[in-house]
Amino acid sequence: MNKKRKLYIGFMRGAMIACTALTAALVLFLVGYVFINGIPNISWELLSTKPSYLNDRIGILPDILNTVYVVIATLLIVLPLGVGAAIYLTEYAENKKIVAMIEYAAETLSGIPSIIYGLVGMLLFSNNFGTSLLAGALTLVIMNLPTVMRTTQESLKTVPQSYREGAFGLGAGKWRVIRTVVLPGCVDGVITGCILSVGRILGESAALLFTAGFAHALNGIFTGLTSPGATLTVALYVYAKEEGEFGVAFAIAAILMILTLLINLSAALVGKYFKKRRNA
Amino acid sequence: MKKNISLLVLTIMLACALVGCGASGNSVATDGSTSMNKVIGALGEAFENETGITVTYNATGSGAGIQAVLEGRCDIGLSSRDLKDEEKSKGLEGTVLAYDGIAIIVNPNNPVSDLNVETIAKIYTGEIMNWKEVGGNDAEIVLIGREAGSGTRDGFESITDTEDKCKYRQELTSTGDVITTVASNPAAIGYASLASVKDTVKALSVGGVAVSEATIKDGSYVVQRPFVLVTKKGVALSESAQSFFDYITSEAANEIISVAGVVPAN
Amino acid sequence: MKKNRSFENIVHGIFLVLGLITVGSVLLITVYLIISGIPAIREIGLFDFLFGKEWASTAAEPKYGILPFILTSVYGTAGAILIGVPIGFFTAVYLSKVANKKVRAVIEAAVNLLAGIPSVVYGLVGMLVLVPAIREIFNVPDGASLLAAIIVLAIMILPNIIKVSITALDAVPKEYEDASLALGATATETFFKVSVPAAKSGIAAAVVLGVGRAIGEAMAVMMVAGNVANMPSLFESVRFLTTAVASEMAYSSPGSLQRNALFSIALVLFLFIMLINATLNFFLKRNKEK
Repeated sequence: MNKKRKLYIGFMRGAMIACTALTAALVLFLVGYVFINGIPNISWELLSTKPSYLNDRIGILPDILNTVYVVIATLLIVLPLGVGAAIYLTEYAENKKIVAMIEYAAETLSGIPSIIYGLVGMLLFSNNFGTSLLAGALTLVIMNLPTVMRTTQESLKTVPQSYREGAFGLGAGKWRVIRTVVLPGCVDGVITGCILSVGRILGESAALLFTAGFAHALNGIFTGLTSPGATLTVALYVYAKEEGEFGVAFAIAAILMILTLLINLSAALVGKYFKKRRNA
Repeated sequence: MKKNISLLVLTIMLACALVGCGASGNSVATDGSTSMNKVIGALGEAFENETGITVTYNATGSGAGIQAVLEGRCDIGLSSRDLKDEEKSKGLEGTVLAYDGIAIIVNPNNPVSDLNVETIAKIYTGEIMNWKEVGGNDAEIVLIGREAGSGTRDGFESITDTEDKCKYRQELTSTGDVITTVASNPAAIGYASLASVKDTVKALSVGGVAVSEATIKDGSYVVQRPFVLVTKKGVALSESAQSFFDYITSEAANEIISVAGVVPAN
Repeated sequence: MKKNRSFENIVHGIFLVLGLITVGSVLLITVYLIISGIPAIREIGLFDFLFGKEWASTAAEPKYGILPFILTSVYGTAGAILIGVPIGFFTAVYLSKVANKKVRAVIEAAVNLLAGIPSVVYGLVGMLVLVPAIREIFNVPDGASLLAAIIVLAIMILPNIIKVSITALDAVPKEYEDASLALGATATETFFKVSVPAAKSGIAAAVVLGVGRAIGEAMAVMMVAGNVANMPSLFESVRFLTTAVASEMAYSSPGSLQRNALFSIALVLFLFIMLINATLNFFLKRNKEK
């Protein structure tokens, strides 16, 4: 082996290992830094109260609840839409051009940055429903539509064609086949779509800032959707950037980090579980 | 079956949302200046404790708050500057709630502790660029300011007569951010509502007058601006909004306003 | 039977509508952005708007030139790609080809975590660690700068680049590599001279995806870039297309030229994104056809 070749191999190997180590170190640093600064600031009082100016106290209960409301509202709307779109694509669509158009549209949607969603959501929804969690949730519906559609589509593809043919052969109508054969087959796709959507909703800030606002008021479960409110991520931004309360910001960051870990873990577990069941 | 349940849940959710739309009367919506965060937050909380009526506060900025009143998107607008004539001609009315000092802040390690208005103007327009020219360390002055539309920026620039001439290094979008940035940079200077200033930064005296409640009240500290409640002239507030308005402009509210760091007007 | 047929038709119709919602959303977004973006451009003039070097939206004589924002976005994205792509690329090759199963699983989980961290967390750590560090290391008056934004963006696009590249590299047929090894090439040579070229359109797609994410990021950049409408320079505080929209939106009044100009900026950003999407689609298609 000549010297040049050896040098090349050495350099490439070195670069690979260095870059991988750097990536790993980055993650380690980020997680460590956020946890070290965040965990000590998490207290029961912080989690269970609303902010009080009179007592000079910060609580993030309203933000936690707002996050829950937004997640639920978004999922309730996006699931039927996304699953329906996926069913149309795999079960009904015969025109290739329409399929290509829908898929291209979905890809375009997933490439649009959240700040643009925020603006359009503000024009479309906030101007009609007011700056509110509902307007935020509707904006998030459009953002997450492609995700739910894609995961459902993937799982529908794995439903064997013979099942459908069998049901048709028994004289079932198309809708009946979809209800009894196709829908049960896409449960894993729907669940994966849910998990990924929750992850995206948790991390979202730019799209919510202009649509759902950033109030920290404690909202009731029923009036919540029509009032403005900050989700945890928006609250993190507000506390860090607007109010300079870094302890609270890091506490929220640590909570979000833990949630992200849980979401990744459950996505992996769900994937594994359904794969196993399918092969069994 | 499962599908039916989720359908039911969806129906209930939507129904509740609609009911929510109808029943939003029992709260007061305020919108505007980020500088008024503390004082409105404290007043709103005290009011809620007394009456059970919730007060929402959307910290968007003075300009946006004024606009929100005009369009009926909130009950009371919050502005940290006087209304302009063109805004008054659109049928808006301002009621001064309190006076707030705009503190000129530097890093605690900065030896400079007093500047006069002219020098501040020279610093912000870029005529003076190094701290040593005003008796400080040999370091380039880092100018921190607020974004266009902020009441604090408006107040600061009109008092120092530097409108549109400031050579900002950073334009930040909130009071807290200015304080954080100045606290972390030894060569920075910034301006922020006195109500929000923490001990992580040092407030300069201006022309020998230290900023305090007394000097704001007697007018000797010149860098100050009013906190204004903005309403529509001739349009009656909702019952709860009116009672909030009366409450915060009453004498009973003065103590809360002072504790929040600003000087009550009434 | 007839009743049944019409029922099936209705169901078909419902699903068709659901399927077309994505298309409708894209159209809606496009139309809204164009409608709200055009008026200000017409008032300001396309040339003055795109190539004006000064932005002073609230001055007595307002100026609406967005060249600084466009250039900042382009430079910032290019810088992030320049740093992020090599790191991501080498990591992907290592994980796909060299690393044993356990190492790969652990680092992939770490990369997934990196992908899931909200952008404001990057912004938070960036403003508290990176900004002061840049001030100290480079001895500049203030660390909130283009450089800080570039580094944050480079880290944020890293997971995308790694994940998409790995998928492309994993798909390279084993026979290619075996043939190369049989011809006497070492493993490392095989990876870089056989596997990587075979996966190049997938890797190109990863880069384009990174460009899209970097140019569209708002919150993290807003927290570290200082936010002044300067022409871009590495150690100056700068404003991106995204942050120009985000920072003034809340404070501009509806209907004013200032707000309309912000929508025009969003329109420009949207056109950039559409261009990037088209490029991405091109690479993905080429990848599929292979």
